Amino acid sequence: MSEPLFEMKNVETPDEAIIKMKGIEKHFGSVIALSGVSLDVLPGECHCLLGDNGAGKSTFIKTMSGVHKPSAGEIYFEGKPMNFQRPRDAISAGIATVYQDLAMIPLMSVTRNFFMGNEPTKKIAGISFFDHEHANEVTMAEMKKMGINLRSPDQAVGTLSGGERQTVAIARAVHFGAKILILDEPTSALGVRQTANVLATVDRVRKQGIGVVFITHNVRHAMAVGDRFTVLDRGKTLGTAKRGEITPEELQDLMAGGQELATLEGSLGGTV
Amino acid sequence: MTQAEQTLPESDERIKERSSFHKALIRPELGGVCGTILVFLFFFLTARDSGMFSPAGVLNWSIVSSQFIIIAVGACLLMIAGEFDLSVGSMIGFSGMSIALLSVTFGWPVWLAIITTFILCMGVGALNGWLVIKTGLPSFIVTLAFLFILRGLTIFAAISTTSKTIIGGIRDVAEGDWLAPFFGGKVLTGVFQWMGDEGWIEVYTRGIKKGQPVVEGIPMLMVWALVLVIFGHWLLTKTKFGNWIFAAGGDAQAARYVGVPVNRVKILMFMFTAFCACVFATAQVMEFGSAGADRGLLKEFEAIISVVIGGALLTGGYGSVIGAALGAIIFGVVQQGLFFAGVESSLFRVFLGVILLLAVILNTYIRRMITGEK
Repeated sequence: MSEPLFEMKNVETPDEAIIKMKGIEKHFGSVIALSGVSLDVLPGECHCLLGDNGAGKSTFIKTMSGVHKPSAGEIYFEGKPMNFQRPRDAISAGIATVYQDLAMIPLMSVTRNFFMGNEPTKKIAGISFFDHEHANEVTMAEMKKMGINLRSPDQAVGTLSGGERQTVAIARAVHFGAKILILDEPTSALGVRQTANVLATVDRVRKQGIGVVFITHNVRHAMAVGDRFTVLDRGKTLGTAKRGEITPEELQDLMAGGQELATLEGSLGGTV
Repeated sequence: MTQAEQTLPESDERIKERSSFHKALIRPELGGVCGTILVFLFFFLTARDSGMFSPAGVLNWSIVSSQFIIIAVGACLLMIAGEFDLSVGSMIGFSGMSIALLSVTFGWPVWLAIITTFILCMGVGALNGWLVIKTGLPSFIVTLAFLFILRGLTIFAAISTTSKTIIGGIRDVAEGDWLAPFFGGKVLTGVFQWMGDEGWIEVYTRGIKKGQPVVEGIPMLMVWALVLVIFGHWLLTKTKFGNWIFAAGGDAQAARYVGVPVNRVKILMFMFTAFCACVFATAQVMEFGSAGADRGLLKEFEAIISVVIGGALLTGGYGSVIGAALGAIIFGVVQQGLFFAGVESSLFRVFLGVILLLAVILNTYIRRMITGEK
């Protein structure tokens, strides 16, 4: 592989970062999925994580959200070293992940999905009940804030569109006090309008001071909301660039591994 | 980026208003309610004079329905949590035999035999669940294995200790026991005696029971059924844990990602199913005064059919305990009703097959409606 077209700098991490991941490695048996990935997220920024299929994006965010334990590397959360054993640990620390297909359970109502794992309870005669009334109210209010009008909170999630499902999942994460919101390819299966809605939601969330990690392989979606861009390739960080320091074309080339795509693109007339 | 907010209409013109009929249709109990009404209507028209609706007749099909309800509640919660238990029938034979062997053959006090059996059964339930979780195999296969293992062990234990497959004499050893009446006793006997004295219900006119009502009271079996339905319904719809049951069956991975302890939920539901089977067996042993190694044959399927008639999806994540109870009532009423109506009893199985098929077709249709798939 030849020299990258654009030299990305490994900028020294600012101190106020919510999460700082340094030299993360992950091995599955003889397969090295990650061989030294570093990334940090500031409050109120949208940090785009880009990379082609197999670059290690999914493995990396699963490490961040406590699903995988890193084989090597350090994680600092709000300045303190962290060691997540289970997803639950990451969630209670304030790292929420919205997975592309696994965000919601279609057969369950919006309310039941919204409070899944965080059910509000009230006590009647010493017995603990699921507080449906409160849950329904909160769900309706949170959905309205995100710009979704529900027919009723009992509506099954299966009746919502893909974009709306993502939005419910994001609203859920924000409501339960996420400091870091990881979005795993939230726009990859969506239409134009729905993508715009999800990107608008990302913007709204960012303005609340939450750090967003936005995983995508669509450069245009990344450029629309991203403040910083980190490119992964073959389990390694190629580097991080700030908004305005890099053009979409340069990002695209980095993701695809430089020269090779440049040649390919030439034959396709720069349409990829 | 706020254009989405501005252009969002108050209500989406592309969403059609749904009729209340449509709303009722997506409730899981609907099939059960309609089925129950139809079944009662049918037998009321065809078998009214056969004694099916006399106190004794009502008691007859109520007991059978209660038996189905007890195992259906367990199967229902487990199915909603996304798993099956095919070992319920063998578990019934196993726990009945365990009580009989421990109390009659080994001479343990009956209460100790019952408690030990409950612990044993729930242990087997936990093992079922643990194996399903650890191996990642479908529960269908794991519990099918236990269907054979438990049945075989039951017969072996009976033959090797007493060289019989039926052990009697439990009623004698249970005399005066404090725990046995909770399974084999009757409640409200005073009320029924009083109603008999007042001439409201039938009393015996001859023999040693002269003056006693034909229906002496409500068997504990029916009380158990009622309590389990109320408990199951409460647990599923009114508690935090209930939401976890739906989540575990709806999409285990999605549930895990938001921190639902899916494995614990599933194992507990396997244990609850075993508990229900054990209640069934204990009540049956106390009623018959004996335990047989072949008891509970095919009960697992009857439980699953009741649950499916009651609107639960075989794939998990959706269903209702009330629906399952109604499914069990349909089951019990038809089984006994055909007898009262004088219909050849083998036709019961034909009915069973047909209603199962109809229920599954209706369920598929309902699921499409809920999730909006085409």
